[in-house]
Amino acid sequence: MSQHVLLNSKEIDIILHRLACQLLENHLDFSDSVLIGMQPRGTYLAHRLLAILEREYKVKHIPFGLLDITFYRDDFRRGDKPLAASSTQIDFLVEGKRVVLIDDVLYTGRSIRAALTAIQSFGRPGSIELLTLIDRRFSRHLPIQPDYRGRQVDAIGGDKVKVCWEENEGEDAVYLISK
Amino acid sequence: MSELSVRHLLGIKYLNQKDIDLIFETADHFKEVLGRPIKKVPSLRDITIANIFFESSTRTRLSFELAEKRLSADVINFSAAQSSVKKGETLIDTVNNILSMKVDMVVMRHPNPGAGIFLSRHVKASIVNAGDGAHEHPTQALLDSYSIREKLGGVGGKKVVIVGDILHSRVALSNIFALQMQGAEVRVCGPKTLIPKYVESLGVRVEPDLRTALQWCDVANMLRVQNERMDMSYFPSTREYSRQFGIDKALLESLGKEIVIMHPGPINRGVEITSDVADSHQSIILNQVENGVAIRMAVIYLLASQIK
Repeated sequence: MSQHVLLNSKEIDIILHRLACQLLENHLDFSDSVLIGMQPRGTYLAHRLLAILEREYKVKHIPFGLLDITFYRDDFRRGDKPLAASSTQIDFLVEGKRVVLIDDVLYTGRSIRAALTAIQSFGRPGSIELLTLIDRRFSRHLPIQPDYRGRQVDAIGGDKVKVCWEENEGEDAVYLISK
Repeated sequence: MSELSVRHLLGIKYLNQKDIDLIFETADHFKEVLGRPIKKVPSLRDITIANIFFESSTRTRLSFELAEKRLSADVINFSAAQSSVKKGETLIDTVNNILSMKVDMVVMRHPNPGAGIFLSRHVKASIVNAGDGAHEHPTQALLDSYSIREKLGGVGGKKVVIVGDILHSRVALSNIFALQMQGAEVRVCGPKTLIPKYVESLGVRVEPDLRTALQWCDVANMLRVQNERMDMSYFPSTREYSRQFGIDKALLESLGKEIVIMHPGPINRGVEITSDVADSHQSIILNQVENGVAIRMAVIYLLASQIK
């Protein structure tokens, strides 16, 4: 098993600022937009982007929520271990809003498929965009692509991409772990 | 931990503390789902559940059916009154006939204690006990504890008195097991004729006087007088019962402290509790009903996740 660094903390910082700027470019004052972080691992990225937008670019009152997709997954009863849910915290409706879904790694696309269904429980969004830090190319099971991507990675099936965050793992870094 | 230690929910006594914690955490998530504009999740799309009721029920059956539908399960309902049971079919035959239509889970209410346990040994489906005679009613006890946890922040260390007909009550027995498992202290109060002889062997103290019991407790769970199960006279009159073991506003206000009032329903207004008590801010009776759906969704979801 080998592990190498895909992104270090400086690179992550630059990418986060770029992604924040791209969001700004498309959503301006976010008056019609909402940011939704996907539980569990997408929430760190979502919180980071929110902080950058609020602190450095002075955008105020961005509607922000966390979405858990456990009950919408397509592999219920198919895995060995039952799926443990996390909490969903969305205290607004997305009716007519421009939703930005935020997750750390886009791999097969199945989580995003589930999220597209789940988000409709909160109304009919005007549009939905996808932002991911890492886009694993060549491993999609569904026709889903990100609108904003941090870094595209060519990782084969058995590889693992691990995203670490300062607030959880003690450092900002992305590792590629291959067998 | 994300898995129950059991394949069926037959009674609280077969669960452990971790199971209850897991059910409550899962119910928290479903409670959030029930607050959404669209209150339905697709988890159990490929699961079929039969609700088999050999005894009448309104709220429990509706609550189970709603929970199943909110999880997107297919649901069939069967009540013994209009069925082949009347023609002499046995329980196992009835259930096996239903299961041969590819049913994955059975929610059953039956007048005989142990019916669910018996069934679980003879058929290949997950069984949820929705009340078996005077034995257990596990989902009711779970939703009662869940409602206490929601109102008071926890169950451990709380003092709960169960008032009324303990003898005929499956709600009482399941509640005693559930509350004690979570570290609450339980006493029972009621007419001597309606207190089971060996209830103290469960670690439950009998308190014959209602006022003393209420002064001691944080929560009073008022049970219904089950006229339909009483084959003889257990107390002289309903009026006398309500004078000795019923709560009215005056009694509640004279305690000098706020206690939480619960009732599993249906209420005999003016017997166990008066209307102004049932509708007061201390009563969490309707919260119990609301939480019932979330708890049943959690139980069904967790059991279904083990069906292979």
